[in-house]
Amino acid sequence: MFPKPINTFSPKYQLIYKIVLPIVLIIWLLPLIAIFLTSVRSAADINTGNVFGWPSQFLLIENYSEIFKRSKAILYLKNSFLITIPTVILSVSLACLAGYALAIYRFRWSLPLFFIFVAGNFIPFQILMIPVRDMSVSTGLYNTISGQVLFHAAFQTGFCTFFMRNFIKALPFELIESGRIEGVSEAKIFLYIVLPLVRPALAALAVLIFTFVWNDFFWATVLTQGESVKPITAGIRSLNGQYVNNWHLVSAASLCAAIPPVAMFFLMQKHFIAGLTLGSVKQ
Amino acid sequence: MGGVTPTHLKLSFIDWLLFLQQIALFDQKKRIYSENKLVFAPWYFLLPAIAFFLVYVIIPIFQSVWISFYEWDGLGEAQWVGLANYIELFDDEYFYTSLKNNCIWLILYLFAVPIGLFIALFLNQIVFGIRFYKSLFFFPFVISQVVVGLIFAWFYNPNFGLLAYIFLSLGLEPIAILSDEELVTYGIIFAGLWPQIAYCMILYLTGLSNVSKDLMEAARLDGAKGLKMLWHVVLPQLRPATFISVVVTVIGALRSFDMVAIMTEGGPYGSSNVLAYYMYETALSEYGFRLGYGSAIATVLFFIMLIYISYFLWRLYKNEREA
Repeated sequence: MFPKPINTFSPKYQLIYKIVLPIVLIIWLLPLIAIFLTSVRSAADINTGNVFGWPSQFLLIENYSEIFKRSKAILYLKNSFLITIPTVILSVSLACLAGYALAIYRFRWSLPLFFIFVAGNFIPFQILMIPVRDMSVSTGLYNTISGQVLFHAAFQTGFCTFFMRNFIKALPFELIESGRIEGVSEAKIFLYIVLPLVRPALAALAVLIFTFVWNDFFWATVLTQGESVKPITAGIRSLNGQYVNNWHLVSAASLCAAIPPVAMFFLMQKHFIAGLTLGSVKQ
Repeated sequence: MGGVTPTHLKLSFIDWLLFLQQIALFDQKKRIYSENKLVFAPWYFLLPAIAFFLVYVIIPIFQSVWISFYEWDGLGEAQWVGLANYIELFDDEYFYTSLKNNCIWLILYLFAVPIGLFIALFLNQIVFGIRFYKSLFFFPFVISQVVVGLIFAWFYNPNFGLLAYIFLSLGLEPIAILSDEELVTYGIIFAGLWPQIAYCMILYLTGLSNVSKDLMEAARLDGAKGLKMLWHVVLPQLRPATFISVVVTVIGALRSFDMVAIMTEGGPYGSSNVLAYYMYETALSEYGFRLGYGSAIATVLFFIMLIYISYFLWRLYKNEREA
């Protein structure tokens, strides 16, 4: 353990550490605390310039219900879920199959294909922007939920395949071999031997991809037009333009946008961190 | 396509598996023995992923490069102009500003790595509630950059932002960071560092939990402690975490788009532009629909990125060879 465990220090230092810890945390989260306080203040506070001070009134319910009543926040949130959940299912499924193939079979294309998936995950979005937008327009997928789902699923397949391949590769190969010797078909080996074993990886991957796609802003601006299929990230931006100086409402909407990934992270924390490190640290 | 619902997708996934099984059964019936089975099997599994990736990622890269040799407004006839778009880039001062800003992003963004390490070391203790603290520290990474950008734009507001408060309380005139051509990029990067530090921190925290206790004990017996211990004993063991932190930070810096779009839209007068946003602006915004020129910018960005991607792949290849 590094640095030296705090309980080997004198009680004085231990106390200092325990006092400093929450202070540092508050400074670290100051932006979030500020936005939360803003989201519960009154319009009068904002108009008099009390944007970062203590709110004169706490209007938690009023402000949050107002944002749902007066704006399309509900629609944006619904769109975000409609985009994110199918994307997660589709890309994880595709990657499961592909990762299995790349991990288990020895064939000439195995490593090059693996590298292409990895590299694709790192390229700048802009190099895809014009052709993908063009193709979406010409196939009628522009400004639809499914258009966004298909693109995200395809793009995330790169990272997911990288991830699943590494996970499956680490499984004991004897399991697959014994299945083959018993004459089990390849599809059944995948379905009944490998799939149950990769369940933790699926969870980790699902949480990660959920966050990535939920927070996407670029593709939401490129592949949509108007309000009907916009996810919440792009929605906030238009709210920000719509409600100039109504910061209490915009910050309420922003916090609504942050809640699902934050909740996801809190509920599945173990999986989330396992996901980040499996996909990365253990290259 | 209509509405793609989760149940539809699940169904089609299972259908696909049944299909695979059918093929496998067919193979068995035709008495194609294991060798042939193993030759074809990987392709059944790979086909859907490859198809998706090819259509939405691989082919568009080549198309973009191809479009960069044309002058095209997206509607009319595209005109072949050869390298004219690239030659124009050479004289485009906005392009140079964006390129310069990307370099600043790259350099300053990398500070996320040591700062992340520092916070990870600070949090790597066992006291009551530390798990909770760690997860709260990780918060900024999970939040959308759109939200982060908005928060910091308010922070910097010269009239009622928190920064203005701090300046006033110090007896200084508040600076409008986001409308100052010299400072604006630094202001955006500072905001961007917040989630990036959280990312690096979590990578290091996980790395630290895997540091070998035996090595630490041995080093301690030899009298190593503090910075020396960190440099000679701990950091070498954290090398994978450092490597991946650097990679994701570099990629993040070159990809920076959301923050710029939300906080300044590249302004004032293009002074906070980065290649990613400049490309979008030239190709899709009200400033014109120059798709060919935009593609040329994207191609330049792509090749810069390719340097890092190649380095990453090379490392990956070395790892695979050793394994």
